[in-house]
Amino acid sequence: MTSENTTIDNAVTVRNVHKNYGDVQALENMSLDFPRGQLTSLLGPSGCGKTTLLKIIAGLLPATSGEIMVNGTPVSGPGPDRAFVFQDFALLPWADVMRNVAFGLELRGVAKSEREAVAEKYIANVGLAGFERSFPHELSGGMRQRVGLARALSVDSQVLLMDEPFSAVDEQTRRKFQEDLLALVKNENKTFIFVTHSIEEAVYVSDQIAILLPRPSRVSEIIKPSGFRHKSADGIRRDPEYLDIVDNIWASLRSYVE
Amino acid sequence: MMRHRSLFLTILSATIVFGSWEIAGRIPVSFAFPTFLESMTAFWVLVVEGTLFTAYAETLKPLVVGIAISAFLGIGLGLWIGLSEKIDWLISPIFVVMQTAPLAALIPLLVMAYGIGLTSKVFVVCIMAMPVIVLNTSGAVRNTPASLKEMGHAFLGSRRDIILKVILPASSPVIFAGLRLGISAGFIGAILSELKITPTGVGDIITFSRSIADYPTMYAAIMSIILLAVLFLNVLERIEIFLFGGNNKGYVSE
Repeated sequence: MTSENTTIDNAVTVRNVHKNYGDVQALENMSLDFPRGQLTSLLGPSGCGKTTLLKIIAGLLPATSGEIMVNGTPVSGPGPDRAFVFQDFALLPWADVMRNVAFGLELRGVAKSEREAVAEKYIANVGLAGFERSFPHELSGGMRQRVGLARALSVDSQVLLMDEPFSAVDEQTRRKFQEDLLALVKNENKTFIFVTHSIEEAVYVSDQIAILLPRPSRVSEIIKPSGFRHKSADGIRRDPEYLDIVDNIWASLRSYVE
Repeated sequence: MMRHRSLFLTILSATIVFGSWEIAGRIPVSFAFPTFLESMTAFWVLVVEGTLFTAYAETLKPLVVGIAISAFLGIGLGLWIGLSEKIDWLISPIFVVMQTAPLAALIPLLVMAYGIGLTSKVFVVCIMAMPVIVLNTSGAVRNTPASLKEMGHAFLGSRRDIILKVILPASSPVIFAGLRLGISAGFIGAILSELKITPTGVGDIITFSRSIADYPTMYAAIMSIILLAVLFLNVLERIEIFLFGGNNKGYVSE
């Protein structure tokens, strides 16, 4: 281990990662650090490889070359140290909320009574107490994603990977989610990696924003908003630094949007 | 309320069908077409004399064996085909050919190879029942939503877990649709084999009563097959609801 002291406060490090699909280069020489206990956003126009990078970190896709380390251990597939929140929720339609939330633990072979006790706690945490026996089709889009979030939280991984988790829910639910996410980052001692295509969302929730640009995909800039993190949920959206960062990011992304 | 209404509709539709049959038989549309009541009387005679039960003891043998083989082997093969592109390439064409082949023309070949016994009849049932079960299963397995499989993988499910707890339940509605079609086709196959290979069981009643122009008995035998098939399919539906209750509500992914 040569990088003992650089990995010490980074939960996840990405070093020189390349990813090719046949002749198409999806990621070129990507390197990025994800500080422990913080939320890092991957932001960029479509085709910039942000979801690809997230899935490589998750171990769902193999990298063509390069190295991913989670807590100092190289990634070779999905692991108990990472949990995933899916854009389309990926809930089992034949299973009720309880079984869906406990499904991650079920796959790990945790006994039924034990996993349901854990699931019950997280169902209550995400505000779905009383819906344990409901089926996904009986829930609204926002509630479905709360189920997806509870499932990811109940396996108690240190790293939470979120792939555009709020893009399929309506605007008002989305705002509420963003506020809840800030509280989650503060209260749970976890590292969050968050893919989004919304500039406002990225600036609002992130401790660190990685701007990804396409053709070839690369990290163009890393922004660390610092001035408004301590402010209240409402205060942030009116903070001048928040507004400036949003404007700057748009200025740099504008030319890449078709 | 809903139960009463659906019962009412069932009775109404039965009355219309059997009523038109009765009228058509009385006109008569053909000398060889008995009325509904004549057929029911013949049915009753078959039941009282016990002929029907001895006949089904014979007919059910190739039917049950053939359907059991088709269901287990069919779902197994379908799963295998759905999971692997190579196997799909290798095996799927056989079932497409089986499904489209003119079976009646192939029966002499089967008889030459396997004789006139139970084996040939089981083969006929399988050729009728299996393709649709295999093709439905493989299609459903292949179309399992990718994000569900990815979810199983991300939450550390083994390959076995993902097949048993994600892919199979997700495919179950289409697999059961295939089973329903396959079993119906299997019934046709069982009767076809008794008409084309050796007249035994219900096929014997049909052939014999036709040869002596006892058309009511012939129609009664045909009716009994339809009745049995409907009962069989109802039992299958109960099994599906019992196994995968919450699954008939569709996917949720906005």
